[in-house]
Amino acid sequence: MNYVPHTEEDRAEMLKAIGVKSIDDLFIDISPALRPKSFDIPEGKSEFEVCRYIKKLASKNATDLISFLGAGFYDHYIPAAVDALASRSEFYTAYTPYQPESSQGWLQSIYEYQTAICELLGLDVSNASLYDGGTALYEAAMMAIRLTGRKKIIVDQGVNLIYRTMLYTYTSNLSIEFVETPVVHGQSSREAILKHLDGNTAAVILQNPNFFGAIDDYTDIASKVHEVGALAIQSVYPISMGILKTPGEMGFDIATGEGQSLGLPLSFGGPYLGFIAAKKELVRQMPGRIVGATVDKDGKRGYVLTLQTREQHIRREKATSNICSNEALCALRAVIYLSLIGKTGLKEMAELIYSKTEFAKSVLEKIPGVTVKRSSPTFNEFTICLPKNADDVAHKMVEKGFAAGFPLGRFYKGMENYLLVAVTEKRTREEILKLGDSLEAVLCD
Amino acid sequence: MRLIFEKNVEGRRGFKMQSPDVPPAKKLDAKYLRKDPPNIPNISELDVVRHYTNLSRLNYSVDTNFYPLGSCTMKYNPKFTETLANLDGFTAVHPLLPQLSGGGALAQGALEVLYNTKKILCEITGMAGFTSQPLAGAHGELTGVMLIAAYHKHNGSRRKYIIVPDSSHGTNPASAAIAGYQVIVIPTDKDGYMDMAEFKNSLSDEVAAVMLTCPDTLGIFNPRIKEIADLAHGVGALMYYDGANLNAILGKCRPGDLGFDVIHINLHKTFATPHGGGGPGSGPVGVCEKLTDFLPIPRIVKRPDGTLALDYHRFKSIGYIAPFYGNFGVILKAYAYILLLGKKGLIEASENAVLGANYCRTKLRGYYDIPFDRICMHECVLSASKQIKNGVHALDIAKYLIDKGYHPPTIYFPLIVKESIMIEPTETESKETLDRFIDTMIEIARLAESDPDVIKNAPITRPVKRLDETKAAREPDLRWKNSIKSK
Repeated sequence: MNYVPHTEEDRAEMLKAIGVKSIDDLFIDISPALRPKSFDIPEGKSEFEVCRYIKKLASKNATDLISFLGAGFYDHYIPAAVDALASRSEFYTAYTPYQPESSQGWLQSIYEYQTAICELLGLDVSNASLYDGGTALYEAAMMAIRLTGRKKIIVDQGVNLIYRTMLYTYTSNLSIEFVETPVVHGQSSREAILKHLDGNTAAVILQNPNFFGAIDDYTDIASKVHEVGALAIQSVYPISMGILKTPGEMGFDIATGEGQSLGLPLSFGGPYLGFIAAKKELVRQMPGRIVGATVDKDGKRGYVLTLQTREQHIRREKATSNICSNEALCALRAVIYLSLIGKTGLKEMAELIYSKTEFAKSVLEKIPGVTVKRSSPTFNEFTICLPKNADDVAHKMVEKGFAAGFPLGRFYKGMENYLLVAVTEKRTREEILKLGDSLEAVLCD
Repeated sequence: MRLIFEKNVEGRRGFKMQSPDVPPAKKLDAKYLRKDPPNIPNISELDVVRHYTNLSRLNYSVDTNFYPLGSCTMKYNPKFTETLANLDGFTAVHPLLPQLSGGGALAQGALEVLYNTKKILCEITGMAGFTSQPLAGAHGELTGVMLIAAYHKHNGSRRKYIIVPDSSHGTNPASAAIAGYQVIVIPTDKDGYMDMAEFKNSLSDEVAAVMLTCPDTLGIFNPRIKEIADLAHGVGALMYYDGANLNAILGKCRPGDLGFDVIHINLHKTFATPHGGGGPGSGPVGVCEKLTDFLPIPRIVKRPDGTLALDYHRFKSIGYIAPFYGNFGVILKAYAYILLLGKKGLIEASENAVLGANYCRTKLRGYYDIPFDRICMHECVLSASKQIKNGVHALDIAKYLIDKGYHPPTIYFPLIVKESIMIEPTETESKETLDRFIDTMIEIARLAESDPDVIKNAPITRPVKRLDETKAAREPDLRWKNSIKSK
């Protein structure tokens, strides 16, 4: 059984209708010289055998660690209704809604997603989703390059290094000049940004909260950026938008981010969700699918894919991006998650996370030799300086049952003793206290 | 249906959160805070559940309708792979875990899935190495073109063109352009193949690569594929294989053996992972031996003791294409599917996909114009050119099919066939389903003669009739705010 329903009789009838003798006659264009040199694939297994084997693989992964590991990807609780609804196969076995009349469920859901993203970020328009936070940031940078006709981009070092690396990978053949500006005491260096900001600058890219968890009000930077005709781009952590000032309120032109925290499991790196929103005058440079509301011939409200003349299936090499498949199912999870949490819930969740993070700081700074960096306010993540190499400490903490955080030396030279600690709503008071005890024990060793 | 935002009732809640077990922190300075909370709805859990359950019922999907959407390989998505991808042992693993010192030991199972999948994809395609990072087919194309650029750069060769036939997917030229290349488009000849004279004229030592889909978007396998590859290699260009149509050739030929240097595979097509209403997909990229050094980092490598580890020390690598290792959940489903089918099952999948497409083609002959009426592979392309004489276009036929309970085939693609209708039945659809669909298509051809208005007025059975797409583009309403009132 391989999901092919044909009986021998079916096959014979079909071959007869086609007018050939055998299946081989259908592959006549593939001459013997073109046939595979080898096709050494194991023989098939039963569903039970495959499941048994894959479950064994799953059991080799550690899932019982108490996690304070974040660095842009967070261990949040996912309400059961998110899984239940996104598991409806009328959603997940459909494809891109090219035919609106048979896809109104999808189209309305994406229109709702776009609305929710705009509301979160305080901006006018969103697309239907991008692959992840990194590709979303790249697309935003490319929008700025097309819109300004300039080729210089200033990137703050508080932007996740993973995203900066992706940005450089994608643009390596496009002769774009990137200038990185430093983070000083956890915050963006205004001085460095202003020094490099000029009439050749297409965009300035910032992150809030930044990679070190520090929060900032970038309103001043956005207005300086606009003075030289450049665009301000911000990458954000969506849960923080329950309380933090939005990119829109700061005057930013484009905001992007990783939507994993909105109802998606960590799943070893994907599938995730890239979101992007912008001021409405930039919409014709947006990448990817966009859903719009319209009316049918009786005047009834309905939804369609729109502004498609930006897209590859129409414009080919002149398209604003090459995106075809996006992360629709992840976008659906995000809008379901946000609808369940609700306006009130999101604010409470953000406040709870902020309070737990502050509590964790107070616990960890009591450990002899540990310093909590307090030069900037933070939201859900913060850095601590350890008296020892953070990578070694994190390794020993695993033996105590903790993913204690992200050792910053991996990404930042000179920060070998620094650990980035993330706190979500799932971490309890007891777990935070136990983290403190275990860390103290490890440091005393 | 009303929007979820229109169901907002202040005071309702859809989720019970835990009570705070820590003291409230000192409030942040107002300059860091937003003025008003985001205007997402406050709504009960039941209302959310009912809303999205009812929305789901407005969709056509593989599980509810025959979905012969050409070029998209809408085959059945086995349920057991969903169960596996939802195992805690995978969903709860933080992607940075193996990047911590000693953390590799905590994610061996996940690394094994990726490592084994890559091995098996190498054998299926005849390539030397694979990266699982690309997050969709077009993302794989972009990765592939970047690998090609890195290869030429490394060899000190400046090349600025990529050749693409006019029958290609739109993503091919778009990916080439985004990676910094100029695109040369080659027309299709009268037999449905890439025009060889034009192709030869366009070849030069400034051509970086030739991007081909084989079988192409007409569903035709080009028997001169090896000659094309040899000609391209003759001028130092690389051959790119768009794996969108791989479902036609499993076990019948391998792009690596045909001389292709780079290939992407759409796991969500050939290997039965769900299309998710537009994604997530997964577009792993395979390369020949001489390109393996350029693959994205990290690479997953086997240590002498048999354990798996992440290797970042590849100085020729193009860098990071994705934040981590690709759409892991999707890759896992494809891996499970391949294990279940095995060698024989994979070959049978292609054979029966090709059988179904040829069955549809021959049964519809005479009723529809078939511009390239010859043995096809996994899909066949018809034209509504006969029907437009009565004012019935491919679009009208598609809309009438919706009323009959079918998701329409792809229409107006490939662009080189006027009024094209591209049918990809896939191997998982039964003969009865195909027969019913064929009968409906024949009924439409007859109606186009006798009562074309019935077709032109379709659909009439769906929650909405034909939608005003011009209005949508001219007066973009892309979010709820002052939304259009329902009549």
